[in-house]
Amino acid sequence: MATTAFQKVYTKISQITKATCSLKAKGVGYDELARINGRLAQVVKIAGDDVTLQVFEGTGGIPTNAEVVFLGKAPSLKVSDQLAGRFFNAYGDPIDGGPAIEGKEVEIGGPSVNPVRRKQPSELIATGIAGIDLNNTLVSGQKIPFFADPDQPFNQVMALVALRAKADKIILGGMGMTNDDYYFFRNTFSNAGALDRIVSFMNTTEDPAVERLLVPDMALTAAEYFAVEKHEKVLVLLTDMTSYADSLSIVSNRMDQIPSKDSMPGSLYSDLAKIYEKAVQFPPEAGGGSITIIAVTTLSGGDITHAVPDNTGYITEGQLFLRRDTDIGKVIIDPFRSLSRLKQLVAGKKTRKDHSQIMNASIRLYSDAANAKTKLENGFDLTDYDNRCLDFAKEYSDKLLAIDVNLDTTEMLDVTWKLLYKYFKLEEVNIKKELTDQYWHE
Amino acid sequence: MTKGTVSGVIANMVTLIVDGPVAQGEICYIETGGDRLMSEVIKVVGKDVYVQVFESTRGLKVGAVAEFTGHMLEVRLAPGMLSKNYDGLQNDLDKMEGVFLKRGQYTNPLDEDRDWIFKPIVKVGDVVQASDWLGEVIENSQPLKIMVPFQMEGKATVKSIAAEGTYKIVDTIAVLVKEDGTELKVDMIQHWPVKFAMTNYAIKPRPFKLLETGVRTIDTFNPITEGGTGFIPGPFGTGKTVLQHAISKQAEADIVIIAACGERANEVVEIFTEFPELDDPHTGRKLMERTIIIANTSNMPVAAREASVYTAMTMAEYYRSMGLRVLLMADSTSRWAQALREMSNRMEELPGPDAFPMDLSALISNFYGRAGYVVLNNGKVGSITFIGTVSPAGGNLKEPVTESTRKVARCFYGLEQDRADKKRYPAVNPIDSYSKYLEYPEFADYIKGVIDDKWIGKVNNLKTRMQRGKEIAEQINILGDDGVPVDYHETFWKSEVIDFILLQQDAFDEVDAVTPLVRQEAIVNKVMQICEIDYKFDNFLDVVDYFKKLINLCKQWNYSEYKSEQYYDFERQIDEFLAPHVD
Repeated sequence: MATTAFQKVYTKISQITKATCSLKAKGVGYDELARINGRLAQVVKIAGDDVTLQVFEGTGGIPTNAEVVFLGKAPSLKVSDQLAGRFFNAYGDPIDGGPAIEGKEVEIGGPSVNPVRRKQPSELIATGIAGIDLNNTLVSGQKIPFFADPDQPFNQVMALVALRAKADKIILGGMGMTNDDYYFFRNTFSNAGALDRIVSFMNTTEDPAVERLLVPDMALTAAEYFAVEKHEKVLVLLTDMTSYADSLSIVSNRMDQIPSKDSMPGSLYSDLAKIYEKAVQFPPEAGGGSITIIAVTTLSGGDITHAVPDNTGYITEGQLFLRRDTDIGKVIIDPFRSLSRLKQLVAGKKTRKDHSQIMNASIRLYSDAANAKTKLENGFDLTDYDNRCLDFAKEYSDKLLAIDVNLDTTEMLDVTWKLLYKYFKLEEVNIKKELTDQYWHE
Repeated sequence: MTKGTVSGVIANMVTLIVDGPVAQGEICYIETGGDRLMSEVIKVVGKDVYVQVFESTRGLKVGAVAEFTGHMLEVRLAPGMLSKNYDGLQNDLDKMEGVFLKRGQYTNPLDEDRDWIFKPIVKVGDVVQASDWLGEVIENSQPLKIMVPFQMEGKATVKSIAAEGTYKIVDTIAVLVKEDGTELKVDMIQHWPVKFAMTNYAIKPRPFKLLETGVRTIDTFNPITEGGTGFIPGPFGTGKTVLQHAISKQAEADIVIIAACGERANEVVEIFTEFPELDDPHTGRKLMERTIIIANTSNMPVAAREASVYTAMTMAEYYRSMGLRVLLMADSTSRWAQALREMSNRMEELPGPDAFPMDLSALISNFYGRAGYVVLNNGKVGSITFIGTVSPAGGNLKEPVTESTRKVARCFYGLEQDRADKKRYPAVNPIDSYSKYLEYPEFADYIKGVIDDKWIGKVNNLKTRMQRGKEIAEQINILGDDGVPVDYHETFWKSEVIDFILLQQDAFDEVDAVTPLVRQEAIVNKVMQICEIDYKFDNFLDVVDYFKKLINLCKQWNYSEYKSEQYYDFERQIDEFLAPHVD
């Protein structure tokens, strides 16, 4: 970006840290962008004449006499239909060799939706994966992360969900993603013939860490354009939000803020909520579009009490856990720790009426199997019931929980009834009589 | 009025240089790019005034002008607030334009054009004091009192009072002559600064009346009272919100105020989507008619989050002054504490535990202290029952917000991850949770009149059985099924009966979701009957088998509509099933 005429250029930087620069300047607005020798930076503190800038690319190599130009605007993105099918960096500049986007310039991180203008989400998202559709049903307008250790195949599952979800647009926000994973997404979407529905904002591990702070807001600004202006059903994939939070902690540390739990800034909850709460279902009066967010929060050794997954859990509408089931040698959606808070809005309403009860019954029996397993490991004798539970759990994992399952919801319910009938007695399932009268048979 | 000029900005903390006197907590408006940003004074150092801005400060520049208002954060109170949706600063959300919340958009919380039928209560010549009832209007079948201005000092004589008829809230309905001879015109609108407690009552006795919620684990095991306080801590995913919604739907209160403080927007949407459809189980009218929502969801400005709980409490106090029973729910007080922490951090105050401000504990206890059962100056009674949720970081209850709350709240409903994982909802831990009211002799006297004098004894008996059941479960885990005597299994399964039949409740089942107190009594008696039988089984497999069948029968009984044919049928089946074991 060239400097324009009559723009004031400052050349006296008074302080440089690893992520910020300070200088004396007048008439600067909070959140405003600036360029320091061409590098993008944003105003994070004003105290009288002293302005502190956060430099996204890092401050390495910036001299004290660098040229600083204020741009008079907050970070923004040009939005139009031209976004579809394109790949951008964290600043919204194309990285696919294509032309720049023409369209309306919108500041990112804009205002939130008035809660009374929202509609209660009620549209089921079918993924074919029973661990999701049956036990943790997704609804459009929902926000839900995968909690997974870095070695688990969350990106694969997410790509699968995105392609099966029948969204009008899929917006991919990559934060600290490896180059290999970036190509995985590109190739998967390209092979599925879905490239024209994809918009991607990418910060890979090769890019500066602080840049990633822009990615979710860029992705969601694009999502809002398609959902609000075009009334489309938009799915936003954010991976990985733990890298995003790490960048937050880097910046707050450089600004001498007192860290709270796990060295994260005290504002972590609000920072994450601002992103996730962009998920919304608009009412028909507002065009009926929706934004659904599926994110990834990587864990360290499955620890969900760490500040990032912990705060995320309080914000999102549930979470999906991946776990390797050693009995069947497949990755499954863990039925205990996974949860979709919106499932009751569709379970039994958009799906068959036995959905909720059979889901609870099978999970309770699955948990009895876990107890039986503990007994077995401790060297105790198993009862007949324990053995039936174990056999049930194995088949339930294989036929329903594994991520390679692809069934429609009615088939999932039928398979569950079959398994219950095969392994249990009527009084062991604790399901309402009205339902067992109808479905309790071979 | 005092004016200020912006001299610094860090996120939503702004420093101003002022040209006159300012008060701590005073409200000012900062002009930027055509928007007026509402802010509150939080610290004064010489001419530098620190304010927290209730909006985004994007684009705010040094030199921007601020205008002070001379008053603290206030709410305006009048008939017409029921079934409204407000933000934390009492803006009417439905009156806002557009899909997105615009910065600097403030709307009138009251409808000044609406007509009300006013009936006078006082006569000319009556002597009145602040908060005395002058007259009455009916809103959604709820009689609301029009009161002497809360701020009025001393006594006054009624010079004139409007005759029965139609008035708007801005119309003068009475003229009072104060002790110093000045006249005071009174309309239907009250003002009150939210951070101050209303103490316009005669006495605040200990609460004693059971507040029925229809949730068995609360009403039977750990009851809350009218004017009582309780809190619900729990890790995410353990059902805090579902439990809170169940209470707000079913509780026997005149007015329900829900403060959604820093939580998910979709939860608020759920309330205003469902409540207009649902009936109040006590009056048969729509639930929304008695409900006010204060929504400051997690993506709305952080500073207004703190204000939202105070706004809600002040509204509750307003209705309590009319002799009504108010239930106030705040979800979640942890988010409020976090908002305090963010600001304290920006002000570079020395941090207390977990970087929370040092006065957190005092703030929480003052806030809970505003709830209570009161006798008004005219002898009538009113109450605010307050239930707050706490979202402990990492589910660890040894953190500052939970610990500070535990010191003041009288009921503790601890939600447990393990119970939630096993889908034993509501996941309220039956052993660690408590209600101090069970120990109040006032409560014992009251419950004797409602149920009988054996009730508290029965509840304590069941609690002991739960405790014993838990101990045995641990022993079986260590020693194995065969390693303990058969009667241990029996004791364990009796505790499972209590858990499955009495404590677990399906919030999504039409019948099971709400259990009136009479039915809870029936369940308790049935469970007691089951527990007191000596079954004399030979081996533990028979115990397991028998109790599983028994639990299944009892569950079907719970799912049956109260006193329906099906209900009696299952009750009979249970009795027949027990019969061979009764001597």
